[in-house]
Amino acid sequence: MGTMVFISPERLATALDRLAERFDLWVPSASSRGGGAVRFRRYASGTTPVLDRLTALSPKEAVQPQVESLLRFRYTKDAEDPGAIQLSLEDRIDVKPTLIFGARPCDARAFLLSDRVFLEGPYVDVYYRARRESTFLAGLVCREGDSACFCSAVGGGPADTTGSDLRIIPVRDGLVIEALQERGEPLLEGLGEPASDSIQEAAHQVVEEVSGRCMGELDTSGSIDAFKSRFQDGDYWREVAERCLSCGVCTFVCPTCYCFTITDESRNLQGERLRSWDSCMFYQYSLEASGHNPRPTRLDRYRNRVGHKFSYFPEKYDGQFSCTGCGRCVRSCPVSIDIRRAVAGLKENLCECP
Amino acid sequence: MSVLNPYCPDLATVREVIQETANIRTLRLTLDDPEKMRQFSFQPGQVGQLSVFGVGESTFVINSPPTCKDYLQFSVMRVGEVTQRLHQLTVGDQLGVRAPLGNSFPVESMEGKHILFIAGGIGMAPLRTLLLTLLGKRERYGDITLIYGARSPMDLCYRYEFEDWKARGTEMVLTVDQEFPGWKERVGFVPTVLSEESPSPHNRIAVVCGPPIMIKFVLFGLKELEFEDRQILTTLEKRMKCGIGICGRCNIGSKYVCVDGPVFDFDQIRHMVPDL
Repeated sequence: MGTMVFISPERLATALDRLAERFDLWVPSASSRGGGAVRFRRYASGTTPVLDRLTALSPKEAVQPQVESLLRFRYTKDAEDPGAIQLSLEDRIDVKPTLIFGARPCDARAFLLSDRVFLEGPYVDVYYRARRESTFLAGLVCREGDSACFCSAVGGGPADTTGSDLRIIPVRDGLVIEALQERGEPLLEGLGEPASDSIQEAAHQVVEEVSGRCMGELDTSGSIDAFKSRFQDGDYWREVAERCLSCGVCTFVCPTCYCFTITDESRNLQGERLRSWDSCMFYQYSLEASGHNPRPTRLDRYRNRVGHKFSYFPEKYDGQFSCTGCGRCVRSCPVSIDIRRAVAGLKENLCECP
Repeated sequence: MSVLNPYCPDLATVREVIQETANIRTLRLTLDDPEKMRQFSFQPGQVGQLSVFGVGESTFVINSPPTCKDYLQFSVMRVGEVTQRLHQLTVGDQLGVRAPLGNSFPVESMEGKHILFIAGGIGMAPLRTLLLTLLGKRERYGDITLIYGARSPMDLCYRYEFEDWKARGTEMVLTVDQEFPGWKERVGFVPTVLSEESPSPHNRIAVVCGPPIMIKFVLFGLKELEFEDRQILTTLEKRMKCGIGICGRCNIGSKYVCVDGPVFDFDQIRHMVPDL
């Protein structure tokens, strides 16, 4: 195990203030009025981190902002010759060192999945890369999983450290922070007091206890091909998704959903090209200018979402699912669609007919 | 396109505009950076993203042949906001270009074979590049046949080149959807004309591009004629944003039309026909 420091509840605010001096710091917190949904927000002195409740949204926003500028463009008119208009472009990437404090294992793993899409090529997304390279993750040992969670079924687990630089281990009297990666070590400096043997022992016990938990059961084996066999089975998709409202909340809350749209906004002779979160649940997402839409119905779109996560993505990326089992889509769906049901059913009563 | 940032277009200038049909225009462009223009190279079938800043970006095939070094040619059908603005561009106007993107036709593996082009409407654009490339090395290919259909004679693109294509060894079968005064060629939808022609699949490659509904029926037609899946090439179009395989929307199964396509053989997409 790496270096460990201990932060008592009284010292936590000081420790976070210290981190906030060096980083754009994101912590899970309730709304300023207290209560309401817990989500990752930018830390400001006085913010109380909420580490004992699941967050409604993942921290993906820290690396993939909901809206970001890709380019600025400007048309310049020549005063001597108003017909001659010059176009100029600027692509500036501003990033600050960022620390996400308290990401649960499902959310930390999600970044590694998005990395494959944005960084593996054939083209590298330079905006994502710049943010990702300057982002550190302090993962949280997760003791709050609920009945919607299924991280253990998709390659993770509540004490998984994949993707984290630091690990936060809640113990009875405070937090233990452990450096998991070499690049995590310097972050511990001055953060708390060295963890005593008894506190280290308590941290080990928490990790051991949580590691033994199995969160959720879902048989995902063979889902790549099972999905393809089900692709044209309209009855199946009606059964799992007829209720879908196409509201898109499942993609909005999902830590691994990364799809985006690109739009231009301009005023007078200048403007920006923006990238914003988009959702494959929306009719407009794949609507072509001709009026043709390859996925015109809600069933087509839901099927594509399941396919992307459990068939297309693993087919492309060594069997990894584009799902970390965080359960947010299950918890958030207004009509109680459960992706576990859609995946589990792929292999049921599958006939051999074409 | 910028080496450092694949989202950043190169600036280009319109050099010539050709009105093809009532709603299709062809733009000939040069990149503003002369060095980039000199070094620009691509393969037949590759596409580019054209930007009108303040409106957006859309994908079009580069339909000049790679041997043409003077300009890049794109044909644009006016259907939405970006294409509306592209139609308003005149000679000397600037725009953005990200190109080349996507894969290309397997020109070498087509050598020694008969080639059957099947196009509908603006679907002729990607086939034009390939046709001109093959005609440039005509002796390396067997029969070259083109079945090209549109709603009316006025909706056929590149009419001014038909005689040249014919003279250089293309058997042309032109068709329009309905009878039209003075029209002496075929009448009927492309898939119907295909079954009337019933070309033998022997040593032949079919290259298909057109509206999705035409592609679907032509695929059925070719299957009836006993073309194997590998003998059928198509080049597809989808709504695209990033053009570089990231933003997610142009997928057909696990393939992205922007980077794994736009050229596919039917074997690759057989299971996904409903998603076209």
